[in-house]
Amino acid sequence: MQHSNKYIFIYSIIMVVVIAVSLTIVAVKLKPAQEDNIRIEKMQNILSSVNISTTEIPKKQVIDVYQKYIKVALGVNNKGEVVEQDAAKIFTIELANELKKPVEQQILPVYIAVLDGGDSANIVPLRGKGLWGPVWGYMSFKTDFNTIFGTAFDHKGETPGLGAEINQDWFMKPFIGKQIFESDGKLVSISVVKGGAKPDDIHGVDAISGGTITSKGVEKMMLDNLTNYEAYFKKHMTK
Amino acid sequence: MSEQKIAKEKEPMFSAKVLKLLKNPLNLENPVTVQVLGICSALAVTVQMKPAIVMALSVTIVTAFASLIISALRNTIPSRIRIIVQLAVVAALVIIVDQVLKAYVYDVSKKLSVFVGLIITNCILMGRLEAYAMANKPWPSFVDGIGNGIGYGLILVIVAFFREFLGSGKFYGMSVIPKVFYEWGYMDNGLMILPPMALITIGVIIWVQRSRTKELQEK
Repeated sequence: MQHSNKYIFIYSIIMVVVIAVSLTIVAVKLKPAQEDNIRIEKMQNILSSVNISTTEIPKKQVIDVYQKYIKVALGVNNKGEVVEQDAAKIFTIELANELKKPVEQQILPVYIAVLDGGDSANIVPLRGKGLWGPVWGYMSFKTDFNTIFGTAFDHKGETPGLGAEINQDWFMKPFIGKQIFESDGKLVSISVVKGGAKPDDIHGVDAISGGTITSKGVEKMMLDNLTNYEAYFKKHMTK
Repeated sequence: MSEQKIAKEKEPMFSAKVLKLLKNPLNLENPVTVQVLGICSALAVTVQMKPAIVMALSVTIVTAFASLIISALRNTIPSRIRIIVQLAVVAALVIIVDQVLKAYVYDVSKKLSVFVGLIITNCILMGRLEAYAMANKPWPSFVDGIGNGIGYGLILVIVAFFREFLGSGKFYGMSVIPKVFYEWGYMDNGLMILPPMALITIGVIIWVQRSRTKELQEK
């Protein structure tokens, strides 16, 4: 069937308008649910960096668990000064966006968790590059701001079975108890050692065989991000 | 006119012809193993059962409704822009599915990530729209879409079953291989997790299917 040009034009215009309107309605209707999912995922990541697993409980309860443990959120700058104290605002800070700004304008989040035993842990977000895309995570420190209490790493699309293993327990667990400062106060972070770290190395963990670039990415991510926090850490360190 | 309408209504919803539309894609006209369409997503989302099932459902829904819409509009669609119209309808449906997944099954949607968007380019869809929906009534087209979606999904689930079972010793996310096996020295085959093994698994399925089905054997 041959149609005139006019028919074709009107047909496409109507079609596009109908589709645009229906997509807009769907997007607007579903937006709150989607944003909740993203927020809850962030809460789960933060909680898992202080070794609280929330993957087994219903999504809705994650918020309660988060509020139970994460008591304080601070925004600090690279001089170690607290520049923001509104927890809700700090929660919306995306580290990826902050890192693009000049160093002195960056606001870096610190979350403070109060655990069941009364101990507190300081959680900082991390972000860096893996082999195929971004890697990120949260790392928590004991009150000495030196000993690692827990970690949670994740990635966008590292190689399954190799680099993607960074979000597995066998890779993350060895970080616990390691220290990021030398005894003379120099920040050395944690090295990811190819071929395996020595058992008494308090600054090193095992790398992933076959996932060297991702492992090195995690190492660099930690050093880069922790350098930003160095001033804040040194100020609050308990000797 | 009214007589015609009555005659139409008398035709049963599930006549032999319509049932055939559901059954054929499962075996003789299977989109993946016989027509070798939709291979790219079949390789990518079959590491575990759960994403494979969600992907199968998404493709089935999109194919069925795209067929229904295109078939309902088939007499109004100007033939010069029919591919564009088909694409626009498919793209809109895919975006809706993607948004719904993001809102209600977030962890699965993260695993499927880009592949839901790539349903748009899934050859099965465009193939069914162009070959079937453009020339047939809405109801048979809808059934044809469901049939092809299930035919595609069936292969996806079979491949995912073997890859998950052999690759990580799990069935739908639950460990099924007893611990003692590992203590005796059994190891999960990491190769099954990588895409090439999906291709080989599909190859084996095609082989089995061809050797069992006379109609598919070439002389």
